[in-house]
This record gives sequence, C-alpha cells and structure tokens, in this order.
Amino acid sequence: MSGPTITSAPPGIAVAPELPDLLPAVNLGRGAVGFLRRHPAVAVGGALLLFMLLIAVFAPYLGTVDPTALAPARRTRPPSAEHWFGTDMLGRDLYSRVIYGARVSLLVGFSVAAFASLVGLAIGLVAGFVRWADAVVMRVMDGLMSIPPILLAVALMALTRGSVGNVILAITIAEIPRVARLVRSVVLSLREQPYVDAAVAAGTRTPMIMLRHILPNTVAPMTVQATYICASAMIIEAILSFIGAGTPPITPSWGNIMAEGRALWQVKPFIVFFPAVFLSLTVLSVNLLGDGWRDALDPRMAKGL
Amino acid sequence: MLAYVVRRVIATVPVMAVVAFFVFSLLYIAPGDPAAVIAGDQATPADVERIRQSLGLDRPFLIRFGEWVWQILHGDLGTSIFTNLPVTTMMAQRFEPTLSLMLITLTFAVAVAVPIGVLAAWKAGTWIDRVIMGFAIFGFSVPVFVIAYLLAFVFALELEWLPVQGYTPLAEGIWPWFENLILPAVALGCVYIALIARITRAAMLEVLQQDYIRTARAKGIGQGGILFVHALKNASVPIVTVIGIGVALLIGGAVVTESVFAIPGLGRLTVDAILRRDYPVIQGVVLLFSFVYVLVNLLVDLSYTLLDPRIRY
Repeated sequence: MSGPTITSAPPGIAVAPELPDLLPAVNLGRGAVGFLRRHPAVAVGGALLLFMLLIAVFAPYLGTVDPTALAPARRTRPPSAEHWFGTDMLGRDLYSRVIYGARVSLLVGFSVAAFASLVGLAIGLVAGFVRWADAVVMRVMDGLMSIPPILLAVALMALTRGSVGNVILAITIAEIPRVARLVRSVVLSLREQPYVDAAVAAGTRTPMIMLRHILPNTVAPMTVQATYICASAMIIEAILSFIGAGTPPITPSWGNIMAEGRALWQVKPFIVFFPAVFLSLTVLSVNLLGDGWRDALDPRMAKGL
Repeated sequence: MLAYVVRRVIATVPVMAVVAFFVFSLLYIAPGDPAAVIAGDQATPADVERIRQSLGLDRPFLIRFGEWVWQILHGDLGTSIFTNLPVTTMMAQRFEPTLSLMLITLTFAVAVAVPIGVLAAWKAGTWIDRVIMGFAIFGFSVPVFVIAYLLAFVFALELEWLPVQGYTPLAEGIWPWFENLILPAVALGCVYIALIARITRAAMLEVLQQDYIRTARAKGIGQGGILFVHALKNASVPIVTVIGIGVALLIGGAVVTESVFAIPGLGRLTVDAILRRDYPVIQGVVLLFSFVYVLVNLLVDLSYTLLDPRIRY
C-alpha cells in the first residue's frame, strides 16, 4: 500500500516516480479462444462435458457389447483385457454398461434442465407480472419448495412405474419452484426499471413488454441456473436409481449399476467404483461450466462467490 | 416483535396446507384400490363396493381431504399397508437414529465450514482460497453415496478404524453411538460443508470491504478479532439462511446415507416404504420431513433479529 517514492534521484532533478504496474494485461485474446483462456473453468468443464457427450453419442462404437447381455458363467469378474471394468452379478460387461450409462445421465440432466427452465420461466413471468396470480402461484411454489427435492422426486416415483421418462418428469416437478422463484425475483426488479415505465407510457401491451423487455434479461441468470439444475438432476437420478425408485434395473444407468454392486461392494468394490467415477466427473464438468459461466456473465460475482 | 413472530408462524400454515394437499393427492391418485386389497381375492364386486362405502372411499375428494387433515391434527397418520402398525408408531421407532445423524452432521458441518469459509475470504485469491473453493466444487459434484462408499472403504475396510455399518442407540453408551455415526456424518456433511463454506466466503468478502473493518484494523485489533468478532457477526445472516435451506440436502442425503450404512432410521423407512408402495408411510415421512424443514426455516427467520439488531419488526 506504500505510495511511489523518489529515492535515488540526483538533487535538483525531478524524476518521475516509478509507478507500479496498475493495469495488468487483461485481454488474453479475442473470440472463443480468448474467452476460454480468460475463463479456465468453462474450458475445463466444457472439455470434460464434451468428452462425456461424445462417449454417450458414440457408445456403440467404443468397443462395447450389448449392455444388457447376460453371461451367467462370467459373473463378477474383476477388470481384465476382455472386460475392462469387469463384469457384474449377472455377467454383464461393466465397461459397456458404464459407457451406455452416460446416455441416461446426460439425457436426464439436459431434459430436466430444459423442461424445468421453460415451465419455471413461464410461471415466474406470470407471477412477476400478474398481481393476483402472484399470491396463489407463489404459495403453491413455497409449498413444493418446503418438500426436500429428493423426497419430492421419490414420492412422485412411488406413484408410477420406473422409466426414464417418469424420472425426468419427477425431477422436473421438484426443480420447477426454484426456477420460478428466480425468474419472479428478476422480473420484479426489472419492472421497476425506467425503460419498462417508458414502454408502458408508450402504450406497449403487457405481453409485449414481457416478451421484448423482460424475457431477454432473464436469459443470463436462467442459463446459469439451468446448468446447476442439470447437475442436480443427474445426482437425483442416480440417487433414485440407487435406492430402487428410478429407472428400471435393466437400464444401464450409473445409479442402477451402483445399486447392483451394493450387495457385493465389500468384496468387489470395482462394480461401484467405475460408475461412481464417471458420475462424479460428469457432474463436476457441469458444475465447473456453471461456475465459470456465472463468473463470465457477472465479473463482480467472480470475486463475490 | 411478538406480532412478527405470530405473523411468521401463521404464514407457515398455507405452506403446510399445500404440502398436506400434495401428500394427500399422492395417496388419492396412487394406483391400487385399498377396498379391493382389504376385501381379498374371493370378494365379489358388491363386497368391494360395500367396503369402499364403509371406509368412506366413495365420498368426494375435498371431504376426504378435510377428514384426513382432521385426523393428522389429532396425531393419526393412518396405518401401514405392509405391517398394519400405526404410521406414527413406525416413525417414532425410527426417529432417534435420523435425529442423531442430522444433529451430528449439522454440528460437524458448521464447525468445519464456517472457519474454512472465513479463511478462504481472508486469504482470497491465494492458493489457500483456491484449494478450499476447489474442495467446495468437489463437494457439490460427488454424490453422497459415492463419498459414503469411499469413506467406508478406506476407514472401515482397509484401516479398520471405524465400523463399516450399523447403529447403536444412545442408551447403550455415547462412544458406541458416536462411533457408528462418524462416517455417515462426514459423508452426509460434505455437500453441506461446500454450500456453507461458499456462502461464508462470499458474505465475509462483502463485509471485509467495509469501512468499519478498516477502522477496527487501525485501532489495532488483531486479525482473529476482526475476522471472527467484527466481520463474522455481520456476515451471519446469509450464513444462517443457507444453513437452514441446506437442511433439505441433509434430509435428502439421509435417505441415501442410511441405506449405505444400514442405519435403521427414517430415511431407511422411506426407502423400504417406496419399494413396498406403502403409501401411508410415504405420506407420513414426507409430511414429517417437510414439517421439520419448514420449522427450521421459521427459526432461521426469527433468528435474524438476534443476529442483526438493525432488522426490526
């Protein structure tokens, strides 16, 4: 904190003080590459997520066999050249099951993020703009929010058969209230802005104001929220499957594989290990992406959170 | 102040009403006909209809909802389809392990998370900060049962320091009780610690920039005093808020943790009830957990006046 000092100047000659380098180079480059270099969390998370996406898309071409094919003679084999991750209790190839498991996790994560965002956005916009709807809708949202999300999803799954679609629906319902709250709070602060007053004074109709003036401003916080919902949905899906209330057992999902490995985990820990690593890495990639994206959108937050 | 407390308590009534409505609808739209189950395989349709009338299942939705709420207010949550025991009895038997697990986790998590959050704020931008925030991201990303298996594998199977699973009631001694809960509490606490540490750091950074902190420093108050006395107290409102909100994570996580560590608590009861489609038990557990969650957040709300005298009602 010490100011610049003049020490070694010859008498009678004024020398400009040596200023500390106040402005470090900020711009690391332009375009996408520059953006990724300034936000390494986005780069790392994005690369990891892209890797998982490629695995999911090209699962049939990655040396996998049918993930549901049973082979009772080769049960619970440890990892080998033939079965890279070993085999499970029914002799199914774990490598294939884990690779195909990426499809289920990412499908659930992205679907829930998309559906919960859209429905939550609609509810939040209406609640933020329509006074009489606000009280009713937000009381319902408060009620749903006071049921812990995992418990809410579990309770909904108890009503239906286990299927990927039902899992997506259950987690979506559990996540909607948080999106609606976020959107509503953004709308409430935006509608006090002078440009909204100007639009009202100019005679713009309410639906048009919502569409043209409010909606675009909710996009940035929504995208950040959507990444967190995606991460949370993947964890909840794994938990539902793990406790037996998620996707049907034949589906190669990471939660299912761990549920099957549970009985044997003390003697055959590899069955639980591989899906656990893949699940954690995928959720980590989405969380890194979300954090980096949030900091990129609001540099003030980079210091704050 | 009293008026505010009363108002806040009354405000929780509609919230719990929505929860109750949701939970009741759960049983109402649940597949399977209780009358047919009670009547048995030999019953004629007329028998089933008679039982349905005697149970009052033929009456309108809202009347049945009203009666159901009336029963709950009298402490009757119905009878388990599977064990034929009252749901309240079943929940009472499972209450102690879950309460123990949650209290230990809560204490442990707050005791770890707040100091490391303060440390991260104090050393903001340094490698200490990065390590702590890196840990927080991992805490958010690694699911609770993965951490649970990892801890059990290392500390119970390999090192044999702690029991692999099980639960000992508190009545049989403090150490046996505590010993069984260490690993579950650490596993369950990880995501909670991540959440609290993050918000602590953020709140502290905000407070540390304020003028009175500089004044305190100029007066010669030590770093510890500034951080933990002057700054933390003013940063406490968001921290306490997130501790309250995070209880939802504890409840959801307890369901899983109790399964991994074979703890006979409410979480385990939930999982069993789901697998057996035992709807009255599911209803009871969801109601109880939601009620606890609402209650915790009500207390958090009321604590604001104690934490920050500027907040007056």
